[in-house]
Amino acid sequence: MGDQLMNWLIAILQTILFVALAPLLAGWVKCCKCRLQNRKAPSVLQPYRDLLKLTYKQPVVSEQASWLFTKAPYIIFSATVLAATVVPLIAVDLPTSASADVIVMVGFFAFARFFLALAGLDVGTAFGGMGSSREMTISSLAEPAMLMAIFTLTMTASTTNLSLAIAHVLNEGLVLRPSFVFALAALVLVAVAETGRIPVDNPATHLELTMIHEAMILEYSGRHLALIEWASQLKLMLYGVLIANIFFPWGIAETLSIQALGYGLLAIMGKLAVLAVVLAIAETLVAKMRLFRVQEYLSFAYLLGLLGLLSHIILEAAR
Amino acid sequence: MILVLAYSAVLLSFFSGLLGLMMHQRRHILLFSQHWFKKFPSDNSSQSVLTGCLEARRFPVLLRQAVFVLLGLSGVFAVLAGLSVLIGKEVVTDQLSLGLPWLPWHVRFDCLSGFFFLIVGIAVSAVSLYGPGYVNSYQENQHPFAILSLFTGLFVAGMLLVLLADDAFFFMIAWELMSVASYFLVAFQHENSANRRAAFLYLLMAEVGALAIILGFGVLASFSDGFTFDALRASHLSTTWASIAFMLALLGFGMKAGIVPVHVWLPEAHPVAPSHISALMSGVMLKVALYGLIRFCFDLIGDVQWQWGVVLLILGTISALGGILYAMMQPNLKRLLAYSSVENIGIIFMVLGLSMIFMSNGHPQLAALGFLAALFHAFNHALFKNLLFLGAGMIHHQTHELNIDMMGGLIKKMPKTSVLFLIGCMSISSLPLFNGFVSEWLAFQTALQVDVLDNGVLRSLIPVAAAALALTAALAAACFVKVFGLIFLGQPRSHHCDKAHEVQDKGMLAGPALLAGLCFLFGIFPGPVISLINGVSGQLLGETLPNDAALGWLWLAPVSANQASYAPPLVLIGALIAGCISFWYLRRNPATALRISETWDCGFGGLTPRMQYSSSAFTMPFRRIFAKVWIIDEQIDKDMQGAMNQDVAAVHYHLQIQDHSWPRLYHPIEHAVNKLAQLVGRIQTGNIRVYLGYSFATLLLLLWVIS
Repeated sequence: MGDQLMNWLIAILQTILFVALAPLLAGWVKCCKCRLQNRKAPSVLQPYRDLLKLTYKQPVVSEQASWLFTKAPYIIFSATVLAATVVPLIAVDLPTSASADVIVMVGFFAFARFFLALAGLDVGTAFGGMGSSREMTISSLAEPAMLMAIFTLTMTASTTNLSLAIAHVLNEGLVLRPSFVFALAALVLVAVAETGRIPVDNPATHLELTMIHEAMILEYSGRHLALIEWASQLKLMLYGVLIANIFFPWGIAETLSIQALGYGLLAIMGKLAVLAVVLAIAETLVAKMRLFRVQEYLSFAYLLGLLGLLSHIILEAAR
Repeated sequence: MILVLAYSAVLLSFFSGLLGLMMHQRRHILLFSQHWFKKFPSDNSSQSVLTGCLEARRFPVLLRQAVFVLLGLSGVFAVLAGLSVLIGKEVVTDQLSLGLPWLPWHVRFDCLSGFFFLIVGIAVSAVSLYGPGYVNSYQENQHPFAILSLFTGLFVAGMLLVLLADDAFFFMIAWELMSVASYFLVAFQHENSANRRAAFLYLLMAEVGALAIILGFGVLASFSDGFTFDALRASHLSTTWASIAFMLALLGFGMKAGIVPVHVWLPEAHPVAPSHISALMSGVMLKVALYGLIRFCFDLIGDVQWQWGVVLLILGTISALGGILYAMMQPNLKRLLAYSSVENIGIIFMVLGLSMIFMSNGHPQLAALGFLAALFHAFNHALFKNLLFLGAGMIHHQTHELNIDMMGGLIKKMPKTSVLFLIGCMSISSLPLFNGFVSEWLAFQTALQVDVLDNGVLRSLIPVAAAALALTAALAAACFVKVFGLIFLGQPRSHHCDKAHEVQDKGMLAGPALLAGLCFLFGIFPGPVISLINGVSGQLLGETLPNDAALGWLWLAPVSANQASYAPPLVLIGALIAGCISFWYLRRNPATALRISETWDCGFGGLTPRMQYSSSAFTMPFRRIFAKVWIIDEQIDKDMQGAMNQDVAAVHYHLQIQDHSWPRLYHPIEHAVNKLAQLVGRIQTGNIRVYLGYSFATLLLLLWVIS
């Protein structure tokens, strides 16, 4: 019973860490990007200041908006936080990973996206509809590619429970699996598309016609905007942690001692910092794609995922 | 006892149909009652109540309600019968002294029938709550209620009898009762020629399907002694003949269920029927077809082949993807919902195919898992598709509009409807916390067990199908974002929608509310339904889930807790906690309440409803990406004016999207039938001497054959 309680406490602590660290990651990415582009970087803490500022501001809501518009940010934020409870951040063996597996995590993303897209349509402007339409297009192509990559993992570990799957990869030791290489590539491509980064979407854009994510949330302000921004930072971090902990799980705490947890925290922060640098470099080097080239990009991701799965089935399955 | 419940469900629906016929007999009833009271004088109060009921103005209303009360009771009895047989895990048999002299009607009520009884019962109950308010809008002289209620009663009775039948003759009689009664319901609003065409197409395909089913039974019967299902079960077929029987059954039942490419009647027929009938047809009748297929393959043929599973898996995948892609392009709400039924039936067939594959590869427990996912999805689809069709009926009732492009902003005009419809959309998009997600999750879990198979091709085919399932789910979410967003959000696009108001009739809200409540309830606590289905698979496949113990009310761990688990109640609690904390933290400060202001219009001013995204605009990226799936006819005509004819006065956008199956499959068949008719026509000269000559020649031929 005491163990069980401890596990739940760690799970809650981990979720809080997730929520708390997400803006830091976003700030670090921005910082790296500025340096790379030879600009003066804002402090890594800038996203926190922005969020704080937004929560104190009075939100302006369109007279056309319905209840869905004002409630959607809370729903989006909660769904993203729930997705975060599923993913092991600093320790494996979480009870929350058992109450919702990786397919449910994808479901939470879908949940958040569903309401985000509806919120975009709520006010009845052309931009909102445009954003919703594009977001749903991209995500419906990205979701199968992501599941393909994840199925590769879950079939290797023969579980859809993320904690157990990561523990399995950890126990196997360093084995170079061709399927994992493909799955990693697929997941990276999907992560870029799903978190709205260059080359699929530009989070810093101010040109309405190229917007996707920003177009949907154009009408939001104040605390509503803060929640949505926070949720998208959380999503970026989630994908980062997924990539880092599935494919490079070393360092994550397997026991619940303070020392192991501390190491786990340091390890994941280090891994995320490196990933953020990679992302910043990629965003600096690559130009944004036209919207109708995104399908090629995502079908490539899907193909990689499929190759990963097939190479698992043909090369690695034990028979 | 159980059979009494089942029979009373059938009889009640039958009587509700007959009662509707009284609609035009008010005068006769009045006369009859006067005679009655003259003959047997009784106290005044009952007499006055009766005459009060027979008042010209009250009578139709009361009769309508009585009809739907009977129908609702039939639904309740069906639910009770289904539940009692499922809980008791019994098999009850009976014989009715009806039918052919040497073949009385055999009745068998087992868990499988019981489960489908449950589906029919819930749907019929919800529809009968909804019905009285909805049929009010029909003009009595143009659309007589008597016809609607008679065929509704027969239709429901037919569906229930199909589930009870235990011999091929009785099955076909019930099946035809269901098909023909529903034909009249589709043709109910027959003043419109498109409706008549749809109804004819429906009847045609239903009968072709019925022929295929009869042939399927014929194949089985020729290897056995008799037409009872017991005899058919005992028959031993070679693999070839079993496969032929399977293909015939697949054609027949698949035609009714709406599998691509024999789905074309579905998007024509479902939208033109009255909404509560479309709900029954889409939500329940397709499930009866599914029942037929399951009964035929798993029960009557017995040993399923993995090749059949592959056929089902491929057809299901095509139907699922095709259905949702076609659904997305429809501007007509009910047509869209009909195509989405094709998608959901496709998903069910996929999982059923997986179940067959596992079954014949010697993994009956995993087969039970697939079977569970298929039946659970059938159950869920019945709930949410009914809900959505009833919702479409409510919208149509209030706005007289079914074109999504003409709606908008209804969330403020019809707040209760919008919440119910939103729940339906979330369930069908398989979002967590709702029932659609649970069955989808189970489907994924089934597909992920592929590692146990030996066949390498299957092992790589199934994950691809799983990815197609993921694509289907994502496309469904996009489609229903479009549906809800364009209908309920934004600004009203037409005058009707601007003037719309909430449904007044309580029953019309109660029916969908019941379904929406069940969608949510079984999304959070799927355990009870799963243990019921486990009983079905225990009886039919002789095998239950691998991990029976983990099926608590809290957890869902079908294979083993280490492989996969899902605890919807915990997820719900987590969601509530996260939502409440963020809400509480941000709403603490009353000084920062909302400020209502104009929508941002880039400084140009004057946002009009026409500037909003329309249905065709929303789906444009999909149209471009999956262009090959449809036959798209897109035209932009510009009216030119001015001195040099260079100024654009008006732009006309024309978009027509057609199903590939018409030019590829049906038009050639139509062509061939016409050709054949012409050939036959050559020998029909119209001259009586020639016909006499034919008769004579035939006679000679027959005499020669006999001698």
